[in-house]
Amino acid sequence: MPSTGSASPEVPVGLPLWLLAELTYRCPLQCPYCSNPLDFANQGQELSTAQWFQVMAEAREMGAAQIGFSGGEPLVRQDLNELIGEARRLGYYTNLITSGIGLTEQKIAAFKQAGLDHIQISFQASDEQVNNLLAGSKKAFAHKLEMARAVKAHGYPMVLNFVTHRHNIDRTDRIIELCLALEADFVELATCQFYGWAQLNRAGLLPTREQLQRAERITNDYRERLKAEGNPCKLIFVTPDYYEERPKACMNGWGSIFLTVTPDGTALPCHGARQLPIAFPNVREHSLQHIWYDSFGFNRFRGFGWMPEPCRSCDEKEKDFGGCRCQAFMLTGDASNADPVCSKSDRHGVILAARAEAEYAAQSITDLAFRNERNSHLIVKS
Amino acid sequence: MSFDRNRVPSWRPGYRFQYEPAQQGHVLLYPEGMIKLNDSAGMIGGLIDGQRSVAAIIEQLQQQFPDVPEVGVDIEQFMEVARAEHWISLS
Repeated sequence: MPSTGSASPEVPVGLPLWLLAELTYRCPLQCPYCSNPLDFANQGQELSTAQWFQVMAEAREMGAAQIGFSGGEPLVRQDLNELIGEARRLGYYTNLITSGIGLTEQKIAAFKQAGLDHIQISFQASDEQVNNLLAGSKKAFAHKLEMARAVKAHGYPMVLNFVTHRHNIDRTDRIIELCLALEADFVELATCQFYGWAQLNRAGLLPTREQLQRAERITNDYRERLKAEGNPCKLIFVTPDYYEERPKACMNGWGSIFLTVTPDGTALPCHGARQLPIAFPNVREHSLQHIWYDSFGFNRFRGFGWMPEPCRSCDEKEKDFGGCRCQAFMLTGDASNADPVCSKSDRHGVILAARAEAEYAAQSITDLAFRNERNSHLIVKS
Repeated sequence: MSFDRNRVPSWRPGYRFQYEPAQQGHVLLYPEGMIKLNDSAGMIGGLIDGQRSVAAIIEQLQQQFPDVPEVGVDIEQFMEVARAEHWISLS
């Protein structure tokens, strides 16, 4: 296995098994918890079809087996059908990660023809009004339902993704019922993770501990019911790490299995890493082989040598890698610090304060900063 | 309860079994996930085509590995696990 230039020769570099192709930051929706960077409106030119072909071929050669077409909204790329076809020809398992807005039954059929393996549709809530408010679109919900039915009718496996937060998490039972009625194969109940626009809106999104525990209990009840019925639908409950005492093993370790390529060709070890004060390499200038194995950015937090205390001497560092580098940067100003989610971090107080704030936060949905070009320009200027 | 070897396994729709050169082994790919199969699971998986019965798969692998006595039991176990995980259906 090539491992030249690894910052930690004692830890072999893994294969980039997962390629996340963020095709565009363009999106018709305005979700206030979007993980795209706040300054998405100022990003550079999108990669061409030929450049994506090259990226896909190189990553596949290096071992990537899963490709996710994401964004923004990938459906706005006019060449999406071609990209799917090429990815499948190369042997990828092809995933389309979409809001469903812009999807039509004709496209669903054409993508199948091109070799698309799976479609994930994201919902904003089980309830039409909340969904539409959050998505910033009046007819989003009805269209998503129609598209979810069409996805199943065309024989795809389907993942339904619900980003949950304090305004919709109390409807977990209705969310699950809706997913079962739509015959989802997997349901992701993903409590908001606080990056990008979600971090900006955290006080208005973070659920209380009580809300979270109730939602988890309901999910577990449904899991038992589904198992007893032999229903293959799998419920995936993602807790917000703000209620944990140990951080998540973010990305399964930095530069370990996951490779994101952003619309302008910047390569990242995770889709949130762009905000870090690290000059990440671009696929227009370097091969993926160089980027994955030799670039400074991908080696920056590999292994354990970069860790300060309390991570350095911690006996759990091989389990959680000190948590999330982006969260450490956002909440402490230094990306090599322990993720403050960890109770061993001397900055754990910021997490405790956020939990306390969640108990009395009074922001309504309309108070949130919606992810749109105007806000992106405003935020970046200020 | 004995296992009915006349049943025919098929991969769950949308799940794909394939060889990955970089991992030097077979994998099962599904929405946003991948199971790395060990060598024997990879050999069994390669014979699942929606046509062959479990008995036919056992026969074929017994011919290939006449010195391994437990082939039939191993294959039954694989089928039980794969069905419990909803990777395959048995018709």
